Amino acid sequence: MKISGAELFVKALKAEGVKHLFGFPGGVVIPVFDVLYSEPEIKVILTRHEQGAVHAADGYARSTGKTGVCLVTSGPGATNTVTGIATANFDSVPIVCFTGQVSRTMIGNDAFQEADIVGITRPITKHNYLVLDRRDLGRILKEAFTIANSGRPGPVLVDLPKDVILEKGDDEYPAKVSIRGYNPVLKGHPNQIKRAAGELKKAKKPLFYVGGGIHIAGAVEVFRKAVKKTGVPVVHSLMGTGAVPGDDPLSLGMLGMHGTYVANMAVSHSDLLFGIGNRFDDRATGDLSKFAPEAKIVHIDQDPVSISRNVPVEVPIVGDARQVLEQMLPLLEATKIDEWLEQLSSWRKEHPLEVQVGRDGNTGHLRPDSVIRTICRVFPDAIIATEVGQNQMWTSQFFTFRHPRSLLTSGGLGTMGYGFPAAIGAQFANPDKRVIDIAGDGSIQMNIQELATAVYNKLPVIVAILNNGYLGMVRQWQELFFDRRYSSTCLMTGAECPPQCKGPGDHCPVYHPDFVKLAEAYGAVGLRVMKDSDIEPALKEADRIKDRPIFIDFLVEREFNVFPMVAPGAGNTDMIFSEGGE
Amino acid sequence: MTHVLSMLVENHQGVLSRIAGLFSGRGYNLESITAGVTADSQVSRITLVCKGDDNVIDQIKKQLNKLIDVIKVTDLSPLPSLHRELALIKVRAKPNQRGEVFQVADVFRARVLDVGIDSMVLEVTGSSDKIDNFIAVLQPYTLREVARSGLISMERGRKQTSTQPQQRKGASEKLNDDFKITIA
Repeated sequence: MKISGAELFVKALKAEGVKHLFGFPGGVVIPVFDVLYSEPEIKVILTRHEQGAVHAADGYARSTGKTGVCLVTSGPGATNTVTGIATANFDSVPIVCFTGQVSRTMIGNDAFQEADIVGITRPITKHNYLVLDRRDLGRILKEAFTIANSGRPGPVLVDLPKDVILEKGDDEYPAKVSIRGYNPVLKGHPNQIKRAAGELKKAKKPLFYVGGGIHIAGAVEVFRKAVKKTGVPVVHSLMGTGAVPGDDPLSLGMLGMHGTYVANMAVSHSDLLFGIGNRFDDRATGDLSKFAPEAKIVHIDQDPVSISRNVPVEVPIVGDARQVLEQMLPLLEATKIDEWLEQLSSWRKEHPLEVQVGRDGNTGHLRPDSVIRTICRVFPDAIIATEVGQNQMWTSQFFTFRHPRSLLTSGGLGTMGYGFPAAIGAQFANPDKRVIDIAGDGSIQMNIQELATAVYNKLPVIVAILNNGYLGMVRQWQELFFDRRYSSTCLMTGAECPPQCKGPGDHCPVYHPDFVKLAEAYGAVGLRVMKDSDIEPALKEADRIKDRPIFIDFLVEREFNVFPMVAPGAGNTDMIFSEGGE
Repeated sequence: MTHVLSMLVENHQGVLSRIAGLFSGRGYNLESITAGVTADSQVSRITLVCKGDDNVIDQIKKQLNKLIDVIKVTDLSPLPSLHRELALIKVRAKPNQRGEVFQVADVFRARVLDVGIDSMVLEVTGSSDKIDNFIAVLQPYTLREVARSGLISMERGRKQTSTQPQQRKGASEKLNDDFKITIA
């Protein structure tokens, strides 16, 4: 039977089990939306910006492991997806993003709403396609879904010219494709696995270092078994959060720039660092010449590129983390490392995590750690999204993550404005769970238009704004490294302000904008919390609301910082614990 | 160190751009790149010459292998292999200088493709070194234009590069074996 490209597209989505499509229409993709109009199996979610659509698909994918799908129009619709695609690419999130394109005969003519989106997204996608022949459409759609969610997952973009969308052609959507240049290695090499297990047995100060790959591979369960069996302690990267419960005695917390003292000390003194699904990213390692100087390194990763890139690896294992760990588990034995564990526990006691009092002491606003700890107490099993900056680091420090795939955060690219749309996507995928975006007042304003999406879909996403009136993380760097020259970081700077402001004063408004009124304007619930004793009641009130989003504006101390901190370029043991540099 | 990588790639539009973009985007040093279709019209061969220390070359090979359109990457540098480049060179040569130019061309086994009133076009093939030398020797005659093709290369002997997908198990062992070599 002959069907249009648009009909084949919808057939492909159904065959792939796609239930939610995040999108925004425009001229060239009207025929696709037209087919979707009468398609009951696929819910089309209209976001208010294409970036929101991609982040929502991303949150959907991260919280479930299923492929997130979005559909936007050509030109500006396509270019608006770029940040979302790059975010997903950096954190290995399976997304298929469909963009409309002008008709084939118009391509290259600077037609209305034309953009070379395939050229633009080449370096930020796992792979991308421009469909130039209707006969290739079925195969390309299948390849896109196959590539996006296999091996090391990532975003795939498919650019669909308008005349390909309209052209009638065959209706075949292949059940399987074989791509000769793409054969991800899943099983680990048995000899390497034996070597790795042997190293773990020999080590006196072994340490697991896990990254996001452990969630992606679905390896959390088998990894927890390995930890239990061996008794080896664990540090994690930001993306590895939740691999072991945060309150597990063997969990040392996050390593790196804003990691825990014990995690950084452990890495720096271990004699065997056993990496799983991590990248040895610069925010985690600090100065490479001082990173894990005494350790042999074992590294399991799906992507050969990640292995021996930043640090030389003694025992590399290419493969899927779950399969490799399942192969390895029978070879693992309990270790005798009491001395090492004692050392770790004394480091842990030496510098526990706490929010320090700011330079000017507590000025009567909320403490960000109290807010996050209370969220954790009221919603211990929630899916947490974050924006980027202080809100993100405080969340990783003070929320105790116990479940896999429970933290949605832009780790690699560091995209402000990610959290709210990602939370919306996650709420669609997890209608029975609480989804909370812990935000800053800066980053929430980067995709605040998605309030409309959440309101119209009756999504009870809670947005907890840690409102300090600053772009807090940049301000923190200015305080510590630029003599408090707060250049362009105050979000309340007005004409009356002194020209070279170095901190809050009497002239400052209490808040701006009024997030409560803003939320109400969209039909959401807005709450403001200014007193410590109101934190929990506000969260409980939010918990009673099930049919619309809730914004809670927490007015927090304006100049509180994230500590401990490894200064950029310093070694991991070189940690700062307060403004004085102690 | 300079490496010559010979690659089989899908003959799709945009492949060359993916590869060139990889080099520019990641700051790798690309000296030359040539592309042409193979006996199989679906497959192109790309030969590229790049420079870098062992770690960088290792990353380049892994990154290239990661591209979906790249079927196979072979580093020809450690293998017995043949390398050829072609150049067209236009020199200024007055009628009384033609004889000399013919003689120089003869030594380098270059061909004269065109003779004008005061210019000649020469074609030469050989290693990149030979072409460098040939150009140097022609310097006294004023070079008007030089066009070089970039290197194309092939492994010696009867071995044929396969475009078939490798067996999964084999691929895994191969990858891990490669690492052992890198580390040793």
